[in-house]
Formats: sequence, structure tokens, C-alpha cells
Amino acid sequence: MAEEQKLFTVTIDNITIEVAAGTTILMAARKVGGDVAPPAMCFYSKLQGSGGKCRTCLVEVAAGSTADPRPMPKLVASCRTTVMDGMVVKNITSEKVKDARNGVVEFLLLNHPLDCPICDQAGECSLQDLSYEHGKAGTRYEFQRRLFQREDIGPYIQLHMTRCILCYRCTYIADQLTDTRMHGILDRGEHAQISTYISKAIDNDFSGNMIDVCPVGALTDRTFRFKQRVWFLKPLNAHRNCDKCCGKVTLWNRGDEVFRVTTRKDEWGEVESLEDGKPAWICNECRFHKKHTSDWVIEEPRKINRHSVISAGHYVNAVKPPEFIETVNGGRKPRHLMDIHEVSEVNKPNVHLNELPRSPKTDSYEK
Amino acid sequence: MAKKILLANDHIEGIRYYDAYRKNGGYAAVEKAFKMAPGDIVEEVKKSGLRGRGGAGFPTGLKWSFLAKPEGVPRYLVCNADESEPGTFKDRYLMEFHPHLLIEGLIISSFALGSNRTYIYIRGEYAWIVDILEQAIAEANSNGWLGRNILGTGFDCQIYVQRGAGAYICGEETALIESLEGKRGNPRIKPPFPAIKGLWDCPTVVNNVETLAAIVPIMNLGGEEYAKIGVGKSTGTKLISACGNINKPGVYEIDMTISVEEFIYSDEYCGGIPNGKRLKACIPGGSSVPILPANLLLKTAKGEPRMMNYESLADGGFATGSMMGSGGFIVLDEDQCVVRHTYTLARFYHHESCGQCSPCREGTGWMKRVLQNIEYGKGKLSDIDLLWDIQRKIEGNTICPLGDAAAWPVAAAIRHFRDEFEWHVLNPEESQRRNFGLAHYADPLEMAVV
Repeated sequence: MAEEQKLFTVTIDNITIEVAAGTTILMAARKVGGDVAPPAMCFYSKLQGSGGKCRTCLVEVAAGSTADPRPMPKLVASCRTTVMDGMVVKNITSEKVKDARNGVVEFLLLNHPLDCPICDQAGECSLQDLSYEHGKAGTRYEFQRRLFQREDIGPYIQLHMTRCILCYRCTYIADQLTDTRMHGILDRGEHAQISTYISKAIDNDFSGNMIDVCPVGALTDRTFRFKQRVWFLKPLNAHRNCDKCCGKVTLWNRGDEVFRVTTRKDEWGEVESLEDGKPAWICNECRFHKKHTSDWVIEEPRKINRHSVISAGHYVNAVKPPEFIETVNGGRKPRHLMDIHEVSEVNKPNVHLNELPRSPKTDSYEK
Repeated sequence: MAKKILLANDHIEGIRYYDAYRKNGGYAAVEKAFKMAPGDIVEEVKKSGLRGRGGAGFPTGLKWSFLAKPEGVPRYLVCNADESEPGTFKDRYLMEFHPHLLIEGLIISSFALGSNRTYIYIRGEYAWIVDILEQAIAEANSNGWLGRNILGTGFDCQIYVQRGAGAYICGEETALIESLEGKRGNPRIKPPFPAIKGLWDCPTVVNNVETLAAIVPIMNLGGEEYAKIGVGKSTGTKLISACGNINKPGVYEIDMTISVEEFIYSDEYCGGIPNGKRLKACIPGGSSVPILPANLLLKTAKGEPRMMNYESLADGGFATGSMMGSGGFIVLDEDQCVVRHTYTLARFYHHESCGQCSPCREGTGWMKRVLQNIEYGKGKLSDIDLLWDIQRKIEGNTICPLGDAAAWPVAAAIRHFRDEFEWHVLNPEESQRRNFGLAHYADPLEMAVV
């Protein structure tokens, strides 16, 4: 007997949707999608108890519910606040929210080293996206930034504590995915840091997933460090039969070489769910040891959001602009209409350069 | 002469011990309460209008009535004795000299709420008070006020004392619960509130020491009688721990009908300011509430005399008012430097931030460093606006009230003493040598001169 799911009507940024009772505002906003969804640095829908810490997802509740239409006095963390029937939420339509979010981004970047040019996470970093959207060009912080020693935690993972924003995601995943959590938060306040107790090594079969949940470049894959920028790599969906995990991964290739293996991430940067609803975490063997295309059955190229830097130069479904010279000239055809490619006889764009198995050379243009 | 209820037996020797306490009417309230139904005790507390003495001033009876009562799930009462607010030491006094008053209040409250295991989470620095409480609990145990089947009612109750490890944040109720569970003392994200899901995910009530001690006179007098003491919604008596530049620092019990002026200058209470100095400013409720300059402290913006109660101190909002808070009354005379003072507080909150949410973790340290610059003569005029902007972005955007507590003192200091900040920036060398007060004095001495 299926229980009737109670549906609540919520209005987020003037868009009204119906969601099941018990949904958080953030998940409701993600249903609407686009700009309406507040950014989330610490919340991870697949990890229990995560969220509420980074304060980037603050929203204004203009009306609590139909029964009690009073607005909430403070901005609320949308990732941990459940919706009520008739709730009216303002996200990007509220100046208060934008102001608070700019403040939070400033706080997050205060002690961040901004070493994006040498950071492996660059290109797929949530903090980078967030600061492009809300950050300022300069900082008002005139003091020395917080520094930590780099630390190798185990043979596969390196911890860059200076980049960490203390989202606690990696401790949650270690708690919920593995039997023994070896690391946690040490110290308090500004000095708080992720660490293992007296530099122990983290070693269990699923520790690699910590790298995937890290929103910034604090936890990096030691088998991939400084090998390649992510936007030069071609993501491919692939799978193999693995007795430990689901074996469904994303391969990041350049040519035939597999540079790294990660979980499959959805548009919110979270791991995708399998058919049975469980998150598709992968084991360390798949992640760190299977680095040949022969290990994998490749399914298809992975679709990446076209706004991501990873898809820069991947012109998928490009629409040719309509001929409008005639329109501009008032119906008069130009005397000469030259195609630059015909004149130069090189750069004929009938070859998709990104699909070449190697770096493009002259003869690939002339094909 | 003000009415004393909590500290009425303060003069009796040996009131700390069971025999003297019992002889002077102790544990009569338990006997009375155990003849009532638990629901009636909650009603009585509601009638009394008792407000939480920990700082927020939330009505205690209302808080108790929110407690979820699912079948088969234990409920807990936790006494918040993690009194770490700078300037507040009223709970220490109560626990040190009247431990049985707290235990009596705890027994009644446990009975009313149905808590069989009750915890006192005490600040780690109060190491010697733990022994006093343990001894008092042992005395209560051996005299049948605790343990199994108390007074033949079939109600079991035991009180445990748990020491904290010296973190200010563990005074926040959800952080306290986390710490009590043996975890890192990080505040939880609310909702769910402790009344639904608290200690070990069971319904929990967390109350301040003074609140729980006040249950005893409420039982003895009756809720309605208790509500007649005090004024308006500020019923009963409040312990004020006065310190700073006053002649007689200490813990005073007031019945919330006296004025701030009387509290500072009368010999019964603080006894005026030493060496004939003038009053400059005062923090009326513990370090996290906004500081008030003398002219706004003694009279509200409307020109009425400011009284020592919840409403009057909060009159005018944060623009011209402050808060009752936890009753830590810190007085600053004309020689005190507000910038230095604000810097000290900012340093405290920076040190005590738990580091869980970003505005507080990063913002408190930033405010501290900017204030340090101003205090040590390296400040710029733009730093004052910067401070204002930082505090604005911390306030209200954090998980727990520590962010607000860190932001309010800075905001109030800039709001009321901006000229002093500017003077510090413009006279870096002189500000190193001496403190400077450009405050608005408003004490009797000043008036006499004019």
C-alpha cells in the first residue's frame, strides 16, 4: 500500500512548484534548476547530516507558510530548512541574500591561497565558480593568510589544508562509507584543520571518494597531481566489472592515455545515483590502479555543461549564425563575399580538432 | 530594600551543606512539588512568567511545554552551567555557595519534565565547584531526595555532573549537547530543536543554573505570587554579577524594579565608581551585548530612566538600547579605552569561535586583526567602515548566536564611540600613551558641574 505523498506548494523566486513534504528548500530550488538553485559548498545531498556550515546557500523566507505567513527574521540555510506549504522563498530576487552571499564568499576567500593556476581542482572547483559569480576582484584583507603544511594522508591522497574551506564533507563520507574514520577536525576556530590523528595514513578501499566530494582542491589525487589540466582531458563514461564497487566511472583521457578516474558527477557536482538509487561511489582499485583504456569498457563521451571550462572548445550542436549581411545592407548583396578558409586554404573546419587522438598538426588541417 | 529570594539565606553559615540547608526550609519545595502532577508544575512555571536567565530571556514555561513526549523515549534535562561569558559569574556564586538550591530546582524540574537522568554540564575551569556539587548530590542521595522511588512517588532521578573542557561555545545549548555526548562541541543546525531531538536524539530541555534555581521559590511561593515580584514581563529576581570600575564588585540579587542609576551608585549595590571618576560606558548583560554610553545607559532615548529589567534595557533596540543578557554588568569609567576594550572582546570571540561556519570562523579573526591595528596605532580611517561591514556580514548569518555575540559589541562600540575610534586612528602615538575618552558623560558629578 503506497502511502499518499503529501505535496507542498513552494514559490521560489516567483516560480511555483510542488514538492514532497520534507524536501529542503535547496532541493526544491534544484528542481526548478538554473540560477534559482542556491550555490552549495558544504551540502552534499548524498551525505547524511552535511550542510549548514558554509552559509553560501542562505535564502530569505518572505512567508513561512500558508498557516503562518510571517517572514523568517533571519536568512536561513536553504540546505537544512525544509519547505512548508505555501512558503515563499527569495533567492536571487533578494538584495539581502545577494549581499550576504557576497559577504560569505569574501569570508571563504579570506584565507584561501588563490593558487588556482597550480591547483589540480581548477576548472571544476565550486569555490572558483562561486567567486566568479559573487566575488570581488580585490581583497580587503591586509594580513598574512593562514598557512598549513602539505600533508600526505595515505599513498593516494594529498591534503592541502590551506585551500580547505572546512565543509566537513570528507569526514561525513569517511563516516558513512567506510568502517573506520581515520581523520577529522582538529583544533578550533581559525586554526581548525582536517587531519588524521598524528599523521596516520588513511587506508581503506573507498578513501578515494573523499577527493570527489571535496569542493575545492584541498584533497587531491596523488596519482594525478600536476599531470594535466582538467580542461585538456576528455571525459568518457566507462565501466568494468568490479567486485567491490559498481564500477561505473568517468575516465579522463587524452588520446588513449587515462589520466584519472573519477565518479560520475551530475550537474550539481555530486555523484550520480545508480538505478537502485544508491550513489555510485567507486573503490580505490578502480580509481587509482586501472589506468589503461583496456581495463574499461568505454560507453560514450560524457556530457559536460557547456558553461564549464572543461567544455571550452567543444562546439557541440553549434548553430551557424544566419546570413545577415544582406539584411544589414538593406537587401543589397555584397560585391565580394570571401570565405577566409577558401582564401587561406588551411584551417578547413571540417575536422573536429577535439576529436583528434593527439595534438593537431598541419596535416590534420589539410585533410 | 530589594527582595531577596534566591540568595535569601546567603548569610547563614554552612548553607552550602545539607543540614543547614534543610533546617532553613530546604527541600520543602520538592515535597510540595511531588504532590502535584508534572503538568501542573509546568503550568505553575508558565504562570510565574519566569524567563530564561542564560541570556536570551525566553519564557521557561513555554520552553518546557515545547518538550516532545513520545512514548518509550527517555527525556533529559540538562543544566547549563558552562558559564563562560566574560563578566558573568552569577552561576558560579550560586553553585559554590548554594549547591542544594540548584539540586532542589533540578529535582523539581526533572519531575515536571519526566527526566530520569539529569546532567549538569559545568565549565571545565570551575574544577572546585564540581567537588561541591558532587558532595551536595551525595548528600541529597543519602537523604532520599535522589535515586530510586523518591518520596514514594515511584519517580527515579539521578543527577550527573559533567565537566567541560574550557570551550566558550559549549555554553550554546546544542554544542553543549554534542559535547555531553562526547563529540566535538560544534553547535548543531536548528531545526530540529533540542526539545524534539536533543541529547542522544531524545527530547531535551537545556536550562541555565539560575533558571533552575528559580524553580524553587516558584514552587514555594506559587507561580502567581512569584509573578508579582518584578515588573511587567520581567518577573522574579535576577542575579547580576557586577564588575569593572565600581566600588563593590560582586553578585547582587535585584528584583528588576530598580533603575540602572540606583544599581551603579547606591551603596546597597555597586557603591559608585571609585576615585570619583565619571561613568563612561557600561555593558549591562555580559560581554556579548551591545555597549551603552553613559547618556543612553541612565536614560532611554525617550528620556525615561532606564530600569534594570529585560524590557527597559532593550528599549530602543540596538540603536539606543542593549540587552539584559546573562546579567554580567561591566562598568567602564572615564579612563577606560573603548577601542582597547572592543579589541579584547574581539580577541576573545576569535579565540572561541568553533570554526564550523565560515562567517564566524573567518570574520572574527579579521575583526580582531583590524581592531589590533587600530589599537596599536596602525589603523586607517577606512578600517572603521570595514569593521562595520564585517560585523554586518557576520550578524545573523551564522549557525549559532556566537556570530551575533561577536558582532554586536563591535557594532555598538562603533555606533556610540566612533569619534574615539577616529581619534585612535588620527593620533596613533598619543593613543599608545594614554587612553582617551570622548564619551558622552551623564553622571551626577557631571551634572553638578554644569
